[in-house]
Amino acid sequence: MTKNSKLSKIYIILIFIFLYAPMAVTMVYSFNGTESTYVMSGLSTQWYLKLFHDNATMNALKNTIILAVVSAAISTVFGTMAAVGINNMRNKYLKSAVMTTTNIPMMNPEIVTGISMMLLFVFAGALLHKKDVLGFTTLLIAHITFELPYVILSILPKLKQTDICIYEAAQDLGCHPLKAFFKVVFPEIRPGIVSGAIMAFTLSLDDFIISYFTNGPSFQTLPIHIFSMTKKRVKPDMYALSTIIFVIIFILLILMNIAQVKSEKNKKKKKSGEMDL
Amino acid sequence: MKNNPVIIDLQNISVSFGQQKVLDNINLQIHDGEFVTLLGPSGCGKTTTLRIIAGFLIPDEGNVIFEGKNINGVPAYKRQVNTIFQRYALFPHLNVYENIAFGLRLKKMKEKDIQNKVKEMLELVNLKGFGPRDVNLLSGGQQQRVAIARALAVEPRVVLLDEPLGALDLKLRKDMQVELKNIQQKLGITFIYVTHDQEEALSMSDTIVVMNEGKIQHIGTPTDVYNEPHNAFVADFIGESNILDGVMHEDFYVEFSGMRFQCVDRGFMKDEPVDVVIRPEDIDVVRPEKGMLKGKVTSVTFKGVHYEIIVDIDNFKWMIQTTQKAEVNDIIGLDIKPDEMHIMKKSKYSGLYGDYSSFSDEFDELSDPTITAEGED
Amino acid sequence: MKKSSFVQTVLNSPYIIWSAIFVIVPLLMVIYYAFTNESGDFSLNNIIEIKDYASTFLLSVGYGAVATFICLILAYPFAYFLSHSGASFQRMSIMLVMLPMWMSFLIRTYSWMTILGDSGLINRFLGLFSIGPAAMLNTPQAVILGMVYNFLPYMILPLYTVISKMDGSLIEAAQDLGCGKLQTLKKVVLPLSVPGIASGVTMVFVPSVSTFYITQKLGGGQITLIGDVIEGQFQTAYNYNLGAALSLVLMVMILICLGVLGYFTDDKDDGGVLM
Repeated sequence: MTKNSKLSKIYIILIFIFLYAPMAVTMVYSFNGTESTYVMSGLSTQWYLKLFHDNATMNALKNTIILAVVSAAISTVFGTMAAVGINNMRNKYLKSAVMTTTNIPMMNPEIVTGISMMLLFVFAGALLHKKDVLGFTTLLIAHITFELPYVILSILPKLKQTDICIYEAAQDLGCHPLKAFFKVVFPEIRPGIVSGAIMAFTLSLDDFIISYFTNGPSFQTLPIHIFSMTKKRVKPDMYALSTIIFVIIFILLILMNIAQVKSEKNKKKKKSGEMDL
Repeated sequence: MKNNPVIIDLQNISVSFGQQKVLDNINLQIHDGEFVTLLGPSGCGKTTTLRIIAGFLIPDEGNVIFEGKNINGVPAYKRQVNTIFQRYALFPHLNVYENIAFGLRLKKMKEKDIQNKVKEMLELVNLKGFGPRDVNLLSGGQQQRVAIARALAVEPRVVLLDEPLGALDLKLRKDMQVELKNIQQKLGITFIYVTHDQEEALSMSDTIVVMNEGKIQHIGTPTDVYNEPHNAFVADFIGESNILDGVMHEDFYVEFSGMRFQCVDRGFMKDEPVDVVIRPEDIDVVRPEKGMLKGKVTSVTFKGVHYEIIVDIDNFKWMIQTTQKAEVNDIIGLDIKPDEMHIMKKSKYSGLYGDYSSFSDEFDELSDPTITAEGED
Repeated sequence: MKKSSFVQTVLNSPYIIWSAIFVIVPLLMVIYYAFTNESGDFSLNNIIEIKDYASTFLLSVGYGAVATFICLILAYPFAYFLSHSGASFQRMSIMLVMLPMWMSFLIRTYSWMTILGDSGLINRFLGLFSIGPAAMLNTPQAVILGMVYNFLPYMILPLYTVISKMDGSLIEAAQDLGCGKLQTLKKVVLPLSVPGIASGVTMVFVPSVSTFYITQKLGGGQITLIGDVIEGQFQTAYNYNLGAALSLVLMVMILICLGVLGYFTDDKDDGGVLM
């Protein structure tokens, strides 16, 4: 190893220490024997047990997952349809108008997206003489809205790579157009759909700012719950929660990584196998 | 071939994309078992014609008749025609076997029959044992064969081929031409073939349809199209031609280059202006005093089988292909037999082609839109 | 032709209708609220009142700019070094960069209080040498730190994507033509990474300018940025009209900043650099 590459490794590791130090702290303090998040005194798992018995937190977790699954599913279906539609759009002006609109939720500050939707819901509520409009439905609408651009933008490049001729070839061989789409185009864009769906799901899980303005007391998500907890003095149970989330995400990422490496190796093997023939 | 019944009849087909008229009143009858080639430069409408027959495009005007039935409203997936696409359009997520079986599965054939059919097709295209291979790892020629097998497996009445050999290198292309022709003759099905390569068209087809600017310029057998072109465009697009301004004074007598010659054509009006086509290989080089015309050699290129000589006669540059050698600045005589002068009526293409004054091989290629803008059609 | 345009309509219209109602109309609502008063009558009072917040706007842009600049300085060498490391190290590192993005940023921000607080880890460590306690929490530096910490991955990823996809033969060509290592970096690598820089700057600057949680926790209410003001109007003061007017100005201001950035980088940012 040269001196330069050693230095660069050290730099990379320093940045990682910066990124992970707070998380390491939360992990350590989640095992604290007392209520403090400043002084470590004794080890215990009491905060984990408390967490599992805390109805509010568990309820928020359940809500978060329901919201993420439903919104990701809807935005994936919607987004796939929209991506196919946009890709086939002939009218240049309409296409660029739609693309600009698609980019708005990504470029706008989340706080503006959040309050703009809140204003719409409040306004609509006033029109319908309905109080407490904010709740699951408004959260769902908001989440679908900010997830859609990510789904569309992860599918569009795959569609562009796909040769339209295969769609025509399938029809030529006797496929109904809809069937042709599912039989030959869908397998080609599936990686884009999957990564779009995963992105939509994780964005929904993690979203705080937009949810903060569009949620109501009837339906609280985990980030909202955490926010209200951190308004008071935080107890280590929040750190325990954070540790659990970290471990789950870490395991998921490792699994995804392994799967990716495996599929790449398979591809290579297949290729070299073909060469030998 | 012409005795076979008509299988496809295009009647008054017109198509526009926006302001641009892509097909202008096309009328074409194709007989069962015929090998028909649509030939023309990019943008002439040949691929559009193919897509109309395939059902991917509905004409603005006119009818597509298949065995006497109007199929204008029949979608692509219900037509008994199959296409072999320019870039093959193989399904990348399926292997060779599944690609070929694709259409058969849609017909809900029994697994056993599918197996036999795929095997038969693989043998037909010389890809025995390739079934389990990944289509993405095949060479261009092999992919082409899979595409052919896939289209033929469903036993179509008509096969449409859209510049199927365009992406192959020259040698492979020649081999595939022979092979495709053999397959077509063996199976006896109708092939409609789109190309911009005149050699390919001449060597494979029963009938050539020359198209330009959305119109059919000439329909005929390869020899017919070559020897009796309908107009200056056809004469120039197929092979090399010297095209001269002439006047038909009376039957069997034509005047060009300031002289009157005997010819074999008749039926023109008295003193009708015409285009005279003379193929470079039909001109004999003789001594100046013996020639019907004489001129000065301006360039000589050795082409292997023959010399290509450019001769200046009254400021018109003729091309001559001959085995006789000449030197630049020689004065030579030209001798042309009456049956080798082909007289055509004047058309919008008159005067655009057939003079070799700015001729060079390289220039020809650069200015040939079919080479530079390939696949735009 | 007619049939395919029908299919088009079926595919497109749900999305077009959806984004019209839930993207465009909400923005119109912001404008509507900004120009009306509580009883719904037209009023310019909110817009006039904004001038009281001019200094807050400027302060927010300043904080955002500083945080963005620090992120760029930290992330560029990181992305550059990383893209020149071994393949498996790269893969592992990128995973580790992305992981915090999926963690609750609320808890991650809060945990800095455990580190920086008066009785926090650093001060207790300093206390061993009888120094301090140094007041680190509730300072401008702490807020900047929070921004850099939270948004650094959003700078690293686009930079890494651009640098690692850079054609190696370009760098070799530069060296072949007589560029030294530093010169190659300056004349070839840096100009070619402009799209990544633009996209990273956008992704850090926008959330930094508009944040409210980081200032509340690490600034301890001492530092008020525009995000805090807007949040306050909606969640405590319930003055939606003023809040909408402030949001409108924030949005326009960010659009101008992005426009200026786009003008200098001349790159169409379609957000595609992230993945």
